[in-house]
Amino acid sequence: SASASKPLEKILVANRGEIACRIMRTAKRLGIRTVAVYSDADRDSLHVKSADEAVRIGPPPARLSYLSASSILEAAVRTGAQAIHPGYGFMSESAEFAQVCEDKGLTFIGPPASAIRDMGDKSASKRIMGAAGVPIVPGYHGNEQDIEVMKKEADRIGYPILIKPTHGGGGKGMRIVQSPEEFVESFLGAQREAAASFGISTILLEKYITQPRHIEVQIFGDKHGNVLHLYERDCSVQRRHQKIIEEAPAPNILNDFRSHLGQAAVSAAKAVGYHNAGTVEFIVDTISGQFYFMEMNTRLQVEHPVTEMIVGQDLVEWQIRVANGEALPKSQSQVPLSGHAFEARIYAENVPKGFLPATGVLYHYHHVPVSSTVRVETGVEQGDTVSMHYDPMIAKLVVWGENRATALVKLKDCLSKFQVAGLPTNINFLQKLASHWAFENGNVETHFIERFKDDLFVNPANSVVAEEAFNAARFSARLVAACIIEKEHSAWKENLSGDNGSLSMWYSSPPFRVHHCARSTMELEWENEYDSSGSNLLPLSITHKPDGNYLIETGENNFPGLEVKATNLDDHDFRVEVDGLIMDVSLAVYTKDQAKHIHIWYGSHHHHFKQRMGLELSEEDESQHKPSFETASHPQGTIVAPMAGLVVKVLVEDGTKVEEGQPILVLEAMKMEHVVKAPSAGYVRGLLVSTGQQVSDGSVLFSVKVSHFTFCILFIVITYKMV
Amino acid sequence: SWKLWGMKVNPIQILQRKHCSMGVLPDDIDRSSEAFSRNSKAMGSLISDLQSHINKILAGGGPEAVKRNRSRNKFLPRERIDRLLDPGASFLELSQLAGHELYEENLPAGGIITGIGPVHGKLCMFVANDPTVKGGTYYPITVKKHLRAQEIAAQCKLPCIYLVDSGGAFLPKQAEVFPDKDNFGRIFYNQAVMSAEGIPQIALVLGSCTAGGAYIPAMADESVMVKGNGTIFLAGPPLVKAATGEEVSAEDLGGASVHCKTSGVSDYFAQDELHGLSLGRNIVKNLHMAGKGGQLSGLQKINPEFREPLYDIKELRSIAPTDHKQHFDIRSVIARIVDGSEFDEFKKLYGTTLVTGFARIFGQPVGIIGNNGILFNESALKGAHFIELCTQRNIPLVFLQNITGFMVGSRSEANGIAKSGAKMVMAVSCAKVPKVTIIVGGSFGAGNYAMCGRAYSPNFMFLWPNARISVMGGAQAAGVLAQIEKVNKKKQGIQWNKEEEEIFKAKVVEAYEKEGNSYYSTARLWDDGIIDPSDTRKVVGLCISASMNRAPEETKFGVFRM
Repeated sequence: SASASKPLEKILVANRGEIACRIMRTAKRLGIRTVAVYSDADRDSLHVKSADEAVRIGPPPARLSYLSASSILEAAVRTGAQAIHPGYGFMSESAEFAQVCEDKGLTFIGPPASAIRDMGDKSASKRIMGAAGVPIVPGYHGNEQDIEVMKKEADRIGYPILIKPTHGGGGKGMRIVQSPEEFVESFLGAQREAAASFGISTILLEKYITQPRHIEVQIFGDKHGNVLHLYERDCSVQRRHQKIIEEAPAPNILNDFRSHLGQAAVSAAKAVGYHNAGTVEFIVDTISGQFYFMEMNTRLQVEHPVTEMIVGQDLVEWQIRVANGEALPKSQSQVPLSGHAFEARIYAENVPKGFLPATGVLYHYHHVPVSSTVRVETGVEQGDTVSMHYDPMIAKLVVWGENRATALVKLKDCLSKFQVAGLPTNINFLQKLASHWAFENGNVETHFIERFKDDLFVNPANSVVAEEAFNAARFSARLVAACIIEKEHSAWKENLSGDNGSLSMWYSSPPFRVHHCARSTMELEWENEYDSSGSNLLPLSITHKPDGNYLIETGENNFPGLEVKATNLDDHDFRVEVDGLIMDVSLAVYTKDQAKHIHIWYGSHHHHFKQRMGLELSEEDESQHKPSFETASHPQGTIVAPMAGLVVKVLVEDGTKVEEGQPILVLEAMKMEHVVKAPSAGYVRGLLVSTGQQVSDGSVLFSVKVSHFTFCILFIVITYKMV
Repeated sequence: SWKLWGMKVNPIQILQRKHCSMGVLPDDIDRSSEAFSRNSKAMGSLISDLQSHINKILAGGGPEAVKRNRSRNKFLPRERIDRLLDPGASFLELSQLAGHELYEENLPAGGIITGIGPVHGKLCMFVANDPTVKGGTYYPITVKKHLRAQEIAAQCKLPCIYLVDSGGAFLPKQAEVFPDKDNFGRIFYNQAVMSAEGIPQIALVLGSCTAGGAYIPAMADESVMVKGNGTIFLAGPPLVKAATGEEVSAEDLGGASVHCKTSGVSDYFAQDELHGLSLGRNIVKNLHMAGKGGQLSGLQKINPEFREPLYDIKELRSIAPTDHKQHFDIRSVIARIVDGSEFDEFKKLYGTTLVTGFARIFGQPVGIIGNNGILFNESALKGAHFIELCTQRNIPLVFLQNITGFMVGSRSEANGIAKSGAKMVMAVSCAKVPKVTIIVGGSFGAGNYAMCGRAYSPNFMFLWPNARISVMGGAQAAGVLAQIEKVNKKKQGIQWNKEEEEIFKAKVVEAYEKEGNSYYSTARLWDDGIIDPSDTRKVVGLCISASMNRAPEETKFGVFRM
């Protein structure tokens, strides 16, 4: 039947970022031409550059561009694309969109609309799975959404309980409720977030499993009724209900359990007449050893590369072949399972601020070299901006090894060589995670981060750890000083020898002084990502020794001077020699907010320093006349936006008396809600933002003043009026 | 293709050929000789003495004053200069030992730091008061050092950057500071004249700038003032109160706000010193010197690919004997300061006590004139000839002085040694090419003149620590003076016994010893500083580079007595 159709020659990828690039890569390899779509924010982005053609589909907000079915379809018609690959997120799980594609004669590279519909409603899907004999978690999946009914159902299932929107995914709108008292507030919040994100506010309730593992099975079906599975992935390590490290196969499970899972997943897919790529998610209760069906993701998943690595197959190629009507290229018994793979998701986010999404410019972006065992899936390049409009993922790092241990060694090495500067990332955190003994043992579960938070997060109050960290930073600072001075020097030398050779001798190395060595000073401020409270100022004195080495002293008696030899290899790579130790060092330098930012990488270390330029501005800094917003410059009690985002709700009016910790307003960025609370009891002042307003990172939201201060202001106002 | 390939010149062959070149000076030092080790030991102790003096000078006005300076958020003068210079650039500091043992009190570096270095690729002359030394006040030697820096700047057309932080003239010595031609007032005269010539005058007011000092920024083309620290007024608050009864703070009287916003005495307002220094760099960046007398001068495109000398430059510390009666071949010095030790000698076989020839230093062509003994008729004529050659070709001259003088005696006089010497002095005086003099040994009598001593305005003049300068040697002077004294005493009928004569002679020798010493010279600014012999190549190179910063000038000689 379908096998008679002509194979696809041109595909439109209705997505952006790394997944769009990844799909196009396979398409190109197969000789299929590609069409990208882009919003105004993405005009110059990598996925647009990667495509043969690209069509503008609207302004930056996703609902006006990447979620606009009509614009995407129009783009497909305009460019003559025969099929649409939706990637993940956006239109990938819209049954309506899949249906419209089919109606317009376009191939939707994904499952049939009916399967999306069946699985898209989490309550309905659980009913279907229950009927098909797939184990499901106890819960309430009814249509009755009245808060009273829901509360009663929750009480019946028992706490803790999980509140979840029936539509959407990625943990958006999910809430855990520990006790009956918290239920109402959480329920309303979940409803609001679901409505904002997915347009449907239906909520389901489920028993919350306290020590669960998240294991999912990759399945594949063709249009001829064949369904097979490509083994499982463990995605237990999560923060904010979102995965950050995934692996395949799942560690510490028996082969028996593995085949049971696989079979259950295949049955689930068959129950909805599935074809193309899909993932059946299970929750595994590590205490009882039971597994339950959670949901089915009717798309290619973010973490699909780990499966590809262990089975040696290209799943996007499979998707296209299935869409072409071909039968699955392999049978279940032909699917190999070889080695072990990890995927680490590198996000622009603020780890110590509770993994809040971050935005900013990628001033420096150098990832590890890719090979047959190391993949870097990325949709951004150095100089790109991670905006507030879309997901803040920078890249996926995928590594493969003969077994879990060797793959982990590779993962840690690659993470340490993954250089991103300009915005906060979770790379350091991922390194810690990957190096944790429990992770090394494969003791993964969804509360892993919470459970080991004392190991994973640096507690600034721990003086031993803090001192150790400061010593490491101090060492780095000295390397930074040597490399920066060396680079500056050679830059001037090069600069000058070009047009005025007669002066080149004035730039010889080391710089000449009469009867003494030239000295420079440098003041570096260590940006400790785990402790932004204290200032870690490192004043350095650099002496240019006659042999070209730099003697670097910190001015602290207990730290002797360090003699460093630095050789500039290229733009940002150096070879340094310290006390007989020779090593490679990488540096990234950029100017932002009246400060020079310097990042250094060597071994498994990465440090970030700031060099205040004060008023001594560098010539390339164009922002010199812009006022800077700094928390320190605001009076006490002032609250600034912790991230750039949209004000979705303002809970109190200006002037209201509030208690400490009382929610004042709700910000949303990357579809993630963040409640801004009162830092102390008092009166809210200067609350001028309103619902629907966009605020930028660090802008003043309001302040909380104690009462007598207010009197002062009033008094002054009155006095002025009298005058 | 084989043949063609065979025709290609092998780079190693070129190297070998260069090594065999006629001009390469041989390595003729006997490192195992007793003289070598004696010389290096003697020079070693001179250098370590020098270094200990320098260390005191680098400490400025002492820890207390330095601490006080820091507490006002001010940098030390050398640090200020470091921050103005291009990153990693060299700085040729002048006369570090000015004022050395000159007054009862110590006056490190004469209370002022001067020197040359590049800012945004333009060589500038820095003149920085040291507020930690007597509040940066001007002693007579401070004025002299300031004026000398301006003289060099005017001669080499270097933009001047004045880092002002001074209490003005040192009042107790006002008679030696204020009234004469080459006193305080000359500073402003020089600023005016240089400005007229298009040599930029830039003042950074980083501290007080009182009374006469107020004219430094006021006379500058552009000036920067630092908020809080910089003040400019003709009379400070105490004097104002005494004169008019007005009570006013220093900041309100002459702070940055007043002068940048109201009076217009200053042009750029700096929030702090770092800001002030970066504004200073910016001013230099914006200088447009093109067309100003052809900045890029008589230098041909120099080849930045030069070769270092073949022999260890540190051996210069072992060549010069401390005993000036001992001879050494000046070629062993030349071999260690010129590119590839290549020296093409002119008139090698004639007038052999003067060595003349062409070489390059850091790629820059130079004509070198060095002493290899007493100047005879022939040597003086050869010197005059060579200087004429270099002026014709616009080649800068390097004088390596080690001279006891011209040959004396009846034969020499009859041969017209005075006439020959005059020719060389005429040539040296009128030569308009850059001249750099290094005294590597003795500098006595008319030899000092012919070899471009201080009076002949070399662009730069430096001494080795062993150098001696005087009209003649101490022993000779003692002999002459004793002779005269004896005659005088005889007229008075006094018999001078041998012992008394020896005491008299010893006194003269002692005075000559003291006054002929390199420290005595450099303390009084008879030169631009004492250098480590192993820095000679560097210093000469930098001096020539600074001197070639201007268009060549045509030389016109006076009447040569024939």
